[in-house]
Amino acid sequence: MRLELGNILINDVQFGDKTKVDNGTLYVNKEELVELISQDEKIKNVDVELARPGESVRITPVKDVIEPRVKVEGPGGIFPGVIAKVDTVGTGRTHVLKGAAVVTTGKVVGFQEGIVDMTGPGAEYTPFSKLNNVVLVCEPNDDLKQYEHEKALRMAGLKAAIYLGEAGKNVTPNEIKEYENLPLLKSVEKYPNLPKIAYVQMLQSQGLLHDTYVYGVDAKQTLSTLINPTEIMDGAIISGNCVSACDKNTTYHHLNNPIIHDLFEQHGKEINFVGMIITNENVYLADKERSSDWAAKLSEYLGVDGVVISQEGFGNPDTDLIMNCVKIEKKGIKTVIVTDEYAGRDGASQSLADADPLADAVVTGGNANEVIELPPMDKIIGYTEPVNSIAGGFDGSLKEDGSIVVELQAITGATNELGFNKLTAKGY
Amino acid sequence: MSKIRVVHYINQFFAGIGGEEKADHKPEIREEVVGPGMEFNKQFGDDAEIVATIICGDSYFNENLEEAKAEVMEMIKKYNPDIFIAGPAFNAGRYGVACGTITDAVQNELNIPVLTGMYEENPGADMFKKNVYIVATKNSAAGMRKAVKVMAPLALKLARGESLDSPEEEGYFPRGIRRNYFAEERGSKRAVDMLIKKLKGEKFVTEFPMPDFDKVEPNPAVKDLANAKIALVTSGGIVPKSNPDHIESSSASKYGKYDIENVTDLTDETYETAHGGYDPVYANEDSDRVLPVDVLRDLEKEGTIGKLHRYFYTTTGNGTAVASSKAFAAEIAKELVADGVNAVILTST
Repeated sequence: MRLELGNILINDVQFGDKTKVDNGTLYVNKEELVELISQDEKIKNVDVELARPGESVRITPVKDVIEPRVKVEGPGGIFPGVIAKVDTVGTGRTHVLKGAAVVTTGKVVGFQEGIVDMTGPGAEYTPFSKLNNVVLVCEPNDDLKQYEHEKALRMAGLKAAIYLGEAGKNVTPNEIKEYENLPLLKSVEKYPNLPKIAYVQMLQSQGLLHDTYVYGVDAKQTLSTLINPTEIMDGAIISGNCVSACDKNTTYHHLNNPIIHDLFEQHGKEINFVGMIITNENVYLADKERSSDWAAKLSEYLGVDGVVISQEGFGNPDTDLIMNCVKIEKKGIKTVIVTDEYAGRDGASQSLADADPLADAVVTGGNANEVIELPPMDKIIGYTEPVNSIAGGFDGSLKEDGSIVVELQAITGATNELGFNKLTAKGY
Repeated sequence: MSKIRVVHYINQFFAGIGGEEKADHKPEIREEVVGPGMEFNKQFGDDAEIVATIICGDSYFNENLEEAKAEVMEMIKKYNPDIFIAGPAFNAGRYGVACGTITDAVQNELNIPVLTGMYEENPGADMFKKNVYIVATKNSAAGMRKAVKVMAPLALKLARGESLDSPEEEGYFPRGIRRNYFAEERGSKRAVDMLIKKLKGEKFVTEFPMPDFDKVEPNPAVKDLANAKIALVTSGGIVPKSNPDHIESSSASKYGKYDIENVTDLTDETYETAHGGYDPVYANEDSDRVLPVDVLRDLEKEGTIGKLHRYFYTTTGNGTAVASSKAFAAEIAKELVADGVNAVILTST
């Protein structure tokens, strides 16, 4: 499977009469976009705002972040089974508005959505402060239940990303990158002397604001399975979760999964990146056992020498992480796990809810309990009141002057477990 | 700036008083530099000086722990030092325990920075390395010069309240405190590089060494349920509607205690969850799903259990530090025992 990603570099976003990309600027026809999102009868009111890197803007509560992409050649469309029809994606050519994103906000669904600051200390922790963001502020109908509310916002973000992505269809990309993975046996034949590596991605699948979808299927209804890494680049996996937003994968994270990119980077040099396994993180013990059994079984079947395992979330999924790690190690396959920590505000408590000596190679995205003070911003997109009750906030988090004292937990993507960031922790 | 004032603690052996036969030597204080203090003063140069040395026999300290501790603390207080140094104790077990005990007490009770040093297998190292800074030394006094070379600059930093670099860089035993920083490379690249090293059999450094877990053995089963008073305690965040005490949705700083004297059923109008780490829809519809008051009332009526305790205790387990959980549990357990509760149903989510 071979996919070309054509990156169209976006360094500014503006409103305009026509939605288009011109000389690195993304112009957005606000009325047209509002009209498109308003078609959903579950949404009462939509507004669109822009937020650029360095601006004194705070966006909260953030639900999802999505990169605009468009399929230029090859079968299927972006977000198959959700927006596009079900068809196998991951081949041909896809254009990417690199440097732009859709961010969804609006009334809080649960306790769980995050904060994105475009400047100041908080901006250092979220990758989305570096993007030119088109922010959808969506208000749901009054009587909408939480599940429907979450879904309406999820779909709105994806639709907006597709709408913007279309603007890049006929634009010549600034750079083209190629990603190819061969059928297993051919790959082994091509690089007989390199160690065979797979990537095991764990998908959050615990219910409201904790769900992930694969080709439109709710991941908690799936068995661990194989997927081509290039399929992910075309939106085969989307996010339905932002609970404790620091370590949840937005759709943007999935589209740009850095483990996939860094494995490709070493492919054919130090390693032979032969494939990818996705597995879920359900709440029932039987599901955890079954899913980790399958992840280990598939790793063994692929005949790999090593795997990188990435977690999503913390606490309860720490058990899934350790099960995957231990079961795969016991097959004689070397593992590295990517996680984050909840070591308390003082960093003195144990970081994970489960552990095993076989997990001897760990990469951490940092301690999510660490406290940060976010200074007031000139402009708020969304609402700041929920910060007193979102995960990572506490009674009194929001000060009178608009500054916020929260744990990193509340910052979207701060301790991401795909290794998206440079943030990490060490023992003192 | 005036010189940093140091009080130094050593045992009878390093004071030149004698070996095991003098180990019952009672605490004494001398306004001078004694034994290894010479080496410290040399390293301190003009930055710091030892203003007093406390000498105590190892047996005396360990056999009269509370008394010895109090006596030594009184001595230290008088000199109001900027830092208190004990040892180094190398592999001398009782000396190591004394150094750990006294530095821990000075740090906690007098709020004075402290430093000690010992060999990794000294029992004092395991006992106190999480509480105080302990420099790793060789196993015998032959390593004195080397140990002091590491300890002296570290003591100056501690006395000045400067932040320390990592244990590897500074030479102290890791205290298990996790601190964030920005690495050179993003996590995904670090993971791929680590895997390549692991596959090649090269040395790699895990970013998080697996901790030793505190495993709790369950208590034996309650034999006489029909006469037992049962309490409900949950980390599932069930609270009276509107969460009157504002228990956090994650990383809880408190727990709630609520009266259920006349409550037979939790409904969507009276209770909800404050927990931000699981799908709350079903718990909000019927909080008995997490805190089974309804079923326990039935069992009470049927006589299967003696009585449901009048109060339930609740917090959110989501992202809550183990240290906080332990503190909550200690308080809750104390009250439960005082209230004559025989058993607890502890529900999690």
